[in-house]
Amino acid sequence: MNNRGMIIAGIIIFLCMITFPIWYNVVGGKAAYTPEFKIVSKEKQCVESTKYMRAKHMQLLNDWRNSVVRDGKRTYTALDGKKYDMSLSNTCLNCHSNKADFCDKCHNYVEVTPTCWNCHVVPEGNKL
Amino acid sequence: MGLWFSLFTVVILVLFVFMGVGVVGLNSLFGIVIPYAALLVFLVGVVYRVGKWARAPVPFRIPTTCGQQKSHPWIKANNLESPYNTLGVIVRMALEVLLFRSLFRNTRAELRDGPRVVYGGTKWLWLAGLAFHWSFLLILIRHLRFFTEPIPFFVNLFESMDGLFEIGVPTLYMTDIIILLAVTYLFLRRVVIPQIRYISLAADYFPLFLILGVVLSGVLMRHFYKVDIFKVKELATGLFSFHPVVTEGIGLAFYIHLFLVCTLLAYFPFSKLMHMGGVFLSPTRNLANNNRMRRHVNPWNYPVKVHTYEEYEDEFREKMKAVGLPVEKE
Repeated sequence: MNNRGMIIAGIIIFLCMITFPIWYNVVGGKAAYTPEFKIVSKEKQCVESTKYMRAKHMQLLNDWRNSVVRDGKRTYTALDGKKYDMSLSNTCLNCHSNKADFCDKCHNYVEVTPTCWNCHVVPEGNKL
Repeated sequence: MGLWFSLFTVVILVLFVFMGVGVVGLNSLFGIVIPYAALLVFLVGVVYRVGKWARAPVPFRIPTTCGQQKSHPWIKANNLESPYNTLGVIVRMALEVLLFRSLFRNTRAELRDGPRVVYGGTKWLWLAGLAFHWSFLLILIRHLRFFTEPIPFFVNLFESMDGLFEIGVPTLYMTDIIILLAVTYLFLRRVVIPQIRYISLAADYFPLFLILGVVLSGVLMRHFYKVDIFKVKELATGLFSFHPVVTEGIGLAFYIHLFLVCTLLAYFPFSKLMHMGGVFLSPTRNLANNNRMRRHVNPWNYPVKVHTYEEYEDEFREKMKAVGLPVEKE
């Protein structure tokens, strides 16, 4: 019994599936694309350090939401002792008003879909 | 023995990354050279082994069936259990590959009081195996968000399904929990059941520990030891478009994850993990049971010179007629 055709077809299908990211990137031609960082901000220093914010901003925001919505506590004491109002619209977006540049670029790049904007109004800075 | 050896090996592998990346700082070795080498070994190895299997002749059908084979039209044939055409084979193979049907049929014989043999189904291995493999596939598909730019639409689809319950931030994935439970079960099964422990070797434990290491490092990286996924994607797309970039400051957890994955890939062609390709080449599953309908000639038969009845009759027709023997052709 000669199954050469079937075997070769199977191997080709396997290789195509495994190397999907390679040829998809080649066909798409955007593999080298990395979004430009554009940290738009009025203040020099965010609520916490840049390193902390980059790694854990999602957890911080989630904690803020739980604290405000469920416990009614609105004051956040940062690690350096400064106090902030826990508010996405008033505290965060006050500086980072451009959602398209500040939020979406990275989120789209790594396919993260935060649920912030299910409730919050998209900031003005986003309008073209 | 095999258990401790395997566990020890995986721990050594992790420590190796601690040393290599954490202390010495060989980011480009662990981030570029090793992934490329591992992928190459994986692809070449798998193709080589499948090719080697494919060259082994399978002259006859091996009908390990449990259904009525095709015979008279008034006997109902079971084309799933004993397929007689390609369609039946495709359905049987699909059920085998996608749903692990032969594992589902697994039974266990047990001696009950008064020497009485009792047979029962055991579905736990099937369930854990199925949960494990499907979770692994979904996790692989989810990872495409790091490998491709722009990200294909189905990645987001699977991702939102996987994180349906939106527990915590970042969202807890169901597949992460399922694969952890399944791998733990598959491991405990080898340790707890004495018969299975007896036949388990290092080659059985090592892939389990390795995969457990991959999953744990991935989960820890997502939820506890944060890494810079922005840079991770930069590295990954760079690798997949053959423009690798050395990126600093991703985080050690990522390199541990990556190195364990690379080990898994490189180990793959030499191990039992090759059942990924082997399942398609199981002669008892992928051959139609049509031994009675078609003649299967052994391909390596020596060409025997035969003298058929027709030729015999042609040669002796006159003599046969002369002594009154019946002939087929006048």
